[in-house]
Amino acid sequence: MEWANQLCENRQFGSKMTDSKYFTTTKKGEIFELKAELNSDKKEKKKEAVKKVIASMTVGKDVSALFPDVVNCMQTDNLELKKLVYLYLMNYAKSQPDMAIMAVNTFVKDCEDANPLIRALAVRTMGCIRVDKITEYLCEPLRKCLKDEDPYVRKTAAVCVAKLHDINAQLVEDQGFLDTLKDLISDSNPMVVANAVAALSEIAESHPNSNLLDLNPQSINKLLTALNECTEWGQIFILDCLANYTPRDDRESQSICERVTPRLSHANSAVVLSAVKVLMKFMEMLPKDLDYYGTLLKKLAPPLVTLLSAEPELQYVALRNINLIVQKRPEILKHEMKVFFVKYNDPIYVKLEKLDIMIRLASQANIAQVLAELKEYATEVDVDFVRKAVRAIGRCAIKVEQSAERCVSTLLDLIQTKVNYVVQEAIVVIKDIFRKYPNKYESVIATLCENLDSLDEPEARAAMIWIVGEYAERIDNADELLESFLEGFHDESTQVQLQLLTAIVKLFLKKPTETQELVQQVLSLATQDSDNPDLRDRGYIYWRLLSTDPVAAKEVVLAEKPLISEETDLIEPTLLEELICHIGTLASVYHKPPSAFVEGSRGVMHKRLPARTGSGESTESPDVGTAAGGSAPEAAPSIIPSQGDLLGDLLNLDMAPPTTTGPPPPNTGMQMGGMDLLGGGLDSLMGDESEPLGGDIGGSPAMGAGFGAAPAVMPASLNAPVGGGLGDLFDLGGGVGMPMGAYIPPKTVWLPAMKAKGLEISGTFARRAGVIQMELILTNKAMSVMTDFAIQFNRNSFGLAPAGPLQVLTPLGPNQTIEVSLPLSTVGPVMKMDPLNNLQVAVKNNIDVFYFSCQYPISMLFVEDGKMERQVFLATWKDIPNDNESQFQIKDCHLNSDAASSKLQGSNIFTIAKRTVEGQDMLYMSIKLSNGIWVLAELRVQAGNPNYTISLKCRAPEVSQCVFQCYEAVLKN
Amino acid sequence: MIGGLFIYNHKGEVLISRVYRDDIGRNAVDAFRVNVIHARQQVRSPVTNIARTSFFHVKRSNIWLAAVTKQNVNAAMVFEFLYKMCDVMTAYFGKISEENIKNNFVLIYELLDEILDFGYPQNSETGALKTFITQTGIKSQSKEEQSQITSQVTGQIGWRREGIKYRRNELFLDVLESVNLLMSPQGQVLSAHVSGRVVMKSYLSGMPECKFGMNDKIVIDKQGKGGATEEAAGKSDLGGSGGGGGKQSIAIDDCTFHQCVRLSKFDAERSISFIPPDGECELMRYRTTKDIILPFRVIPLVREVGRTKLEVKVVIKSNFKPSLLAQKIEVRIPTPLNTSGVQVICMKGKAKYKASENAIVWKIKRMAGMKESQISAEIELLPTNDKKKWARPPISMNFEVPFAPSGLKVRYLKVFEPKLNYSDHDVIKWVRYIGRSGIYETRC
Repeated sequence: MEWANQLCENRQFGSKMTDSKYFTTTKKGEIFELKAELNSDKKEKKKEAVKKVIASMTVGKDVSALFPDVVNCMQTDNLELKKLVYLYLMNYAKSQPDMAIMAVNTFVKDCEDANPLIRALAVRTMGCIRVDKITEYLCEPLRKCLKDEDPYVRKTAAVCVAKLHDINAQLVEDQGFLDTLKDLISDSNPMVVANAVAALSEIAESHPNSNLLDLNPQSINKLLTALNECTEWGQIFILDCLANYTPRDDRESQSICERVTPRLSHANSAVVLSAVKVLMKFMEMLPKDLDYYGTLLKKLAPPLVTLLSAEPELQYVALRNINLIVQKRPEILKHEMKVFFVKYNDPIYVKLEKLDIMIRLASQANIAQVLAELKEYATEVDVDFVRKAVRAIGRCAIKVEQSAERCVSTLLDLIQTKVNYVVQEAIVVIKDIFRKYPNKYESVIATLCENLDSLDEPEARAAMIWIVGEYAERIDNADELLESFLEGFHDESTQVQLQLLTAIVKLFLKKPTETQELVQQVLSLATQDSDNPDLRDRGYIYWRLLSTDPVAAKEVVLAEKPLISEETDLIEPTLLEELICHIGTLASVYHKPPSAFVEGSRGVMHKRLPARTGSGESTESPDVGTAAGGSAPEAAPSIIPSQGDLLGDLLNLDMAPPTTTGPPPPNTGMQMGGMDLLGGGLDSLMGDESEPLGGDIGGSPAMGAGFGAAPAVMPASLNAPVGGGLGDLFDLGGGVGMPMGAYIPPKTVWLPAMKAKGLEISGTFARRAGVIQMELILTNKAMSVMTDFAIQFNRNSFGLAPAGPLQVLTPLGPNQTIEVSLPLSTVGPVMKMDPLNNLQVAVKNNIDVFYFSCQYPISMLFVEDGKMERQVFLATWKDIPNDNESQFQIKDCHLNSDAASSKLQGSNIFTIAKRTVEGQDMLYMSIKLSNGIWVLAELRVQAGNPNYTISLKCRAPEVSQCVFQCYEAVLKN
Repeated sequence: MIGGLFIYNHKGEVLISRVYRDDIGRNAVDAFRVNVIHARQQVRSPVTNIARTSFFHVKRSNIWLAAVTKQNVNAAMVFEFLYKMCDVMTAYFGKISEENIKNNFVLIYELLDEILDFGYPQNSETGALKTFITQTGIKSQSKEEQSQITSQVTGQIGWRREGIKYRRNELFLDVLESVNLLMSPQGQVLSAHVSGRVVMKSYLSGMPECKFGMNDKIVIDKQGKGGATEEAAGKSDLGGSGGGGGKQSIAIDDCTFHQCVRLSKFDAERSISFIPPDGECELMRYRTTKDIILPFRVIPLVREVGRTKLEVKVVIKSNFKPSLLAQKIEVRIPTPLNTSGVQVICMKGKAKYKASENAIVWKIKRMAGMKESQISAEIELLPTNDKKKWARPPISMNFEVPFAPSGLKVRYLKVFEPKLNYSDHDVIKWVRYIGRSGIYETRC
């Protein structure tokens, strides 16, 4: 190294010595000298030598040859020297595993030292030595240290478990250290708790499915208590851990929020951000009409603003996070625009982030201020910043219509400055403004054309060419302008070439007489002289269009364009949700999920925000995702992929979305259904409203035969009062309390947004007051508005069909969600499906038609008048052949027979009689399906045994499996 | 968690390198040097990702501190840690410079071993650290001392040790505010805020329980409703001499506290109670935006006379009680890069054109309230072909005033030490208010 050779003038040890001399340049034979010094008898000399070794190590010199000599210095009473030797060991033990063993004895001895500082030092260092042989010796000392009387040793040992786990996970499990670590969460010392939480969280990350952290209300309470007492760092560990918990209901969520909010006043920004993360996540579960919800929103703004007075690096982290928060909950900071104004001396990374947030917060109320600021920024020095400011002006115009005019004039002012990159940026955004407000600002075209020559960036050239082509009829010399670009056609970037091709075709369609030569020239350039397949293809398509049907060509190329949407750079909603769960972390700084930048298994787990629920309902844990608790009816829906995007954006022609779709590929689950969906079904879908399909009533002979039951048509008894269930309950004398009502499975995602061009559908089925309802949540995750929704079912086993059109009356804007409930009838066409309760659905909107299939719980077909007379029951039970009986086990159900009976009654499963034989309750029940099929059941419940046995008898044994699934679902929810 | 910590000098040579995690190799040291310190262009972000390794850096004078990780760490925590590390080093050996770091490298390694374990920040309170990390060699501690150290490091009150004794119990409160302003050339306030700090220096015996009160609007309003029970206690000798006067209470937008303050108590009752660390600490930071007293108003007038001449006139007006004096006033008027000569005339103070800083710097030692002063300058420009217009940076100002521009007043600071026999009245208390300019700019 070239560090100045600092001469050490003070040779006496008594006076103040500086350590920088150890960094002096080394000569040949130095290692040899050091060796001698290390083995010196004098303590001071030894220490000096070790310091020199460490200094050499720091600058990257290999001093591993001195290993045995340094280790020899380990046994010393001098703590400073000991620490230095340990530091050396941590660095070189791995390269000298055999010799590292020499150190073990000292470590083990130190772990028993009377001084807690030395015990902790030993266990801390030992964990950092990644040599297998040493880790074996580490176990016993570690076990002792985890139970040490001194909290300092325990907190160090807690972290050591994580270290050991990183080296040898199996060993940690085998030795039972994880349990000891879990016990430390209840430790009396807050710092021990915090370190145990940190260690467990880290270990849990590499075992996504282990229930290691086992967060429950009791342990959460312990964490919240420790939160008030531990160091700032400990608070961060605990808050980050809390953020992984999903409260059971909104009340729990609120009580945690209340105990976390005081952290917002902490001086440490990381504590504040981690608290914000917990609050943002748990807020999802609070009902929006709750007073507390509003209070919480108000409490979040001030600490976020305060983060902006931190040091610039932290400001940057805070701003990246605020960017996410503003997208998720714009209401929090909507009045705080001013704090994001850029200061002249802000570092560039802070400036750029502030600008981004300013645009997100821009609204009609503050647009004047924002524009004045942006104009100011456009005169600054930093090129990137200026560009972004200009672009921001354009985005304001698109976002706030009232400001468009002012924005355009500001942009024109900027173009007058003739600063090259400002002009180019301005032209790019003006193109977008034209797209958003057609026929309003075209008067500025002349000014734009004046700057044609100064454009040297592809994006600006392409934008200008687009403008010329689009408004060719208003620009007298459009042909000359475009021709000038044509000269260097092959030197242009693809973007410009494609745009030029389209623009000239547009021009030709508008002024065919003068430009025939030009269009031929460009078509031949694109098709014959180009190697770019995109360009060639587009060229050929235009060529054929023009040569076969010029009228059609006009319709296609000059079609009306859909308006562009306001926010083009929003983070995709699912990613945004995940990032919100990572507030404060690197993921939130990069705006990327951890899997994008973390190697290995860590952090690959996707986090999700909890769902909003009422109290008492259970929520899925975010890690498990939507897997429903074992009940079959909510099996993941299978998607019939749509081929709607046939042409896709191939032509970039701004065409209206395709109105016909190709046939969906055959689905293995259904042989006959596919065609029907395509045929009549699709036709009716395309109509403005889907008419309910009448005729073809449920009891078709085919179906009757299939089920072998009396094909009596039993339309759902619409007037059966829910109260009926209540009355029956009291008849039974069970007196277990209120019936739960019909079982409604939790909503599951049927159609994910990525398979349906941004439309996400989740839903469930319910039977309310005798009416079957399909409850849907439609979410628009695309950037454009969705309208014209319609729904259609394929033929299915029980003739389910929509009883009316899908009531989505208002257009569904981006990021909007609508809940609709669609009443269903059971008089639709019937076809046996496999599985029986499978339902194939087509949903149409203005963009495309999407197909998915889902399974409904058969319990919604159980009608209200399903209570059989005792005598009839007995007779029927005997009448049905024994072959038709099927037996099932329901496991882990802790209800007594009366509770079970009343619960089942809520779903129209009626108990007719109850017998008790040898402590075993036998419940006899009847069910009637909407198509008239009767199912008889015998449920055996033994006190103290959580496993029920159920026998089902039915003339159509196919339904038994589905009925059993319903029993299970109803009883367990 | 943090995988490693490196400290470099301005040339990119490593002074300290401490690796905590196995996934960080020696090449990380070089990656940062090559991609950030030696990068051709100025770094555009304090967080850099190089080959799936993330680097967080801060710079202190010409020393780089970089924390490295391969995981999705808490980024805010890493920066807070780096700042804390700087504080700790400064507390131990003064300014962070190459020389000081080299002189104390053994100490730094020892500190790094203590305050980061496996990349998890542990205890970073200098007070606690200094009890057992010393460079004077290890004193042989008695068993009691050792357990006192460990319980302090891990305990609930990690920032204070027991058994402190002073003959004279004394405390000093400094209310330090920096007032920030951005004003349009027309005199419209674009944004203004005060960021303030309450710094406490205490020399108190034992484990004193303190309670701090100020004219916080929320507290005052609550008391107004609930009767004047606390009012009597508030009448202590701590009333400051504000510049604005008349204002009873102030609206605090947000405040943050030193970790000694019981946050849950503040959240519930808005009372600030704590056991202070011995010596100096920053008790509280706060921010206000409403009813700020702007001590100075700057009125700029810039006129371009042809392509080669600028005429600048700037008036400053002081806006506080005439009996108070502002000090260290400095007005900085930026000049274009192609300035060839400047003539200045000012009524008060001294003004100079500083070519190296591209600015006219006007200094006034003292100025009383409700006064006015003026400077005018003629700037000659060299003709240029540069198409780009001069960016006209804002005129900035520095000053110091003896009051709190936010209007904050300390109402009381009560001290209770139940075990020792001294009472609140025996403690000698001092309060001082200083308002300084933060970023105080007027566009022109």
